[in-house]
Amino acid sequence: MRDMLEGSQAIARAVALCRPQVVAAYPITPQTHIVENLSKLVADGKLTTELVSVESEFSAASVALGAAAAGSRAYTASSSQGIMLMSEVLFNIAGLRIPLVLTCANRAIGAPLSIWNDQQDSMAVRDAGWIQLYCADNQEAVDTTIQAYRIAERCEIPVMVCVDGFVLTHTMEAIDLPTQEQVDGFLPPYRFNRALDPRRPISIGTLVAPEYFSEVRHANHKALERAIDEIEAADRDWAEVSGRSSGGLVEVLGDPEARIGILTLGSATGTLLEALDEYPDLGPVRLIRLRCFRPFPFEALRRACAGLEQLAILERALSPGLGGIVGTEVRAALADLEGTLHIRDYAVGLGGRDIPLSTLPRVLEALAVPESERFRILDVNLEQLPEEDR
Amino acid sequence: MSEQPIADLRRHQPRFSGLESGHRACTGCGEALGARLVTEAAGPDVLVANATGCLEVFTTAWPQSSWRVPWLHSLFENAGAIASGMEAALKAQGRPTKVLAFAGDGGTFDIGFQALSGMLERDHNVLYVCYDNEAYMNTGIQRSSSTPHAATTTTSPAGKARMGKRHLKKDIVSIIAAHHVAYAATASVAYPSDLRKKVRRAMAVEGATFLQVHSPCPLGWGHDGAVSIEVARLAVQTGLFPLVELERGSLTGVMPIREVRPVRDYLRAQKRFVHLFADDPRAREELDHIQALADHNIERYGLRGDRPDALDSEGADTVRRGGARWA
Repeated sequence: MRDMLEGSQAIARAVALCRPQVVAAYPITPQTHIVENLSKLVADGKLTTELVSVESEFSAASVALGAAAAGSRAYTASSSQGIMLMSEVLFNIAGLRIPLVLTCANRAIGAPLSIWNDQQDSMAVRDAGWIQLYCADNQEAVDTTIQAYRIAERCEIPVMVCVDGFVLTHTMEAIDLPTQEQVDGFLPPYRFNRALDPRRPISIGTLVAPEYFSEVRHANHKALERAIDEIEAADRDWAEVSGRSSGGLVEVLGDPEARIGILTLGSATGTLLEALDEYPDLGPVRLIRLRCFRPFPFEALRRACAGLEQLAILERALSPGLGGIVGTEVRAALADLEGTLHIRDYAVGLGGRDIPLSTLPRVLEALAVPESERFRILDVNLEQLPEEDR
Repeated sequence: MSEQPIADLRRHQPRFSGLESGHRACTGCGEALGARLVTEAAGPDVLVANATGCLEVFTTAWPQSSWRVPWLHSLFENAGAIASGMEAALKAQGRPTKVLAFAGDGGTFDIGFQALSGMLERDHNVLYVCYDNEAYMNTGIQRSSSTPHAATTTTSPAGKARMGKRHLKKDIVSIIAAHHVAYAATASVAYPSDLRKKVRRAMAVEGATFLQVHSPCPLGWGHDGAVSIEVARLAVQTGLFPLVELERGSLTGVMPIREVRPVRDYLRAQKRFVHLFADDPRAREELDHIQALADHNIERYGLRGDRPDALDSEGADTVRRGGARWA
């Protein structure tokens, strides 16, 4: 049955369907509606969970860690500064191989203060060792949340479900919420092999000397690489249950035979699809959506880009002094095509800057210039800056 | 009664210990002793959340561990929050297991204070134990907000212009008590029966409880490891470390001092205060100042006992059994 739901409300309902036993919550815009909705579900008796209203995001992640280690399915969510504050815990959760799910309502990081959307927050913790899945719309956010628990628990790797703040979290959308039976059938009760238990005392999180540290890192890295199969399987199996795929690792839209491609993550996908309809005279364009950013899907990306002559990357974050983050990684993955594939990288939609439909023709126009910069921030109004900053 | 060697008696009367010997603590480490006493009294049905610090480092190092209780170390500043999460999980599962949080003074007074305060405010069923050795010992003796006034550390060294730490030791137990938790107490490794009794009292409470265990650090305090207990006892007998119990914010128990010792006896036993015994008017002033702090504690908590010293025997005959079952 389809309900008209706000993104955050839909995500909260999806989380509830996963039956988390512990939810740790702290407010931050634009994530707040998720924990508000979860709190309301608890208050209305529709969700039985230990709701821990913590005093910071740092503690939210820590409570989720402690709960999952003690044998309960756990959930938390945050954004922006909150992700930054919990970043030390995020690395710790992944290093300890604790399975839990976090929703990142993507938002810019200050300074300057901005409450609006970009993806600098999740990109800043891309090396934490979490799986990162980027959702194109709210239906996907619902489906991905459910898949995320199965992935996390099968791989013992935490999963960050990334949804664009406001663009998704605060937007009403017709959502097909699965039934409890569908979710229960797909997601077995939480069972963590290393759960703390007095009957079988184990030590977790010991000091590790140099003679073992590299091995731990190797095991972590390999586990992330192997998670690729579980991510694909979860999407495939959930599609059998729900009738909907969320795009696997990399989704190819538009004209799959086109020589010109645009690659993006998250909700910009919908904007670009709409733009393809709006500007039919632009010629064939292949739209490539990176749903899974960690582990990095090298093979799926190479398949998706096969036959391309030009590729524009649109991303909502950057690494100052380097350029694009996604772009740099995509270039590395496609390095063997260098010479035949012309790649340009654009940061768009920073700090909530709108990405209008006209972005598409402007990007394609910029892409066609052979001697252009490898990376730039699109839509910078230089006249707003003093001369020396231009 | 036959004369059996002590070791033999111990074999026949196994006592549960959550922390095995063979770890890497320094000789005379107060924290190691404190952790052993706490886990003995708490028994085997616990989960431990341990902050980063000496205790975590000297008891582990993969692939070895001294812990016989389920134990998790996450970070330096989140023991209170990790314990909160564990407790929430146990509650959701309907398990009666008690959660213990262990941290040093740095992880409690300073960097972990916020997570601890949150844990207390939400009244999680956790016994939080702070092993207070009055400085960052794991990183090589740097001052914390628990370091006593005038003590020298590597970041509050005594020198021509300074007499050690300029600030006062934070009164953490009062701050904890201000959260109106059911039980908050101070204890000392020099009084093991009193310490065990306080652990058991806290374990019986359904809610957040706190125990501050004064734990000498021979390396950081500058005394021989063989006299740790004597030094810790002097801290109590001078009034510098009062042993108190607070319930819902009100003082409900103190360990009386029959023969109050001058603070000089305590300070002279430790190299961290050696500069206070120089022929220097500032040193004399600081000694007077520290004596005044101890006198204030004695007045404030009514520590002067007219009856004989507590023999520290309460609960000493209570042995936690179950070692064989849980071994």
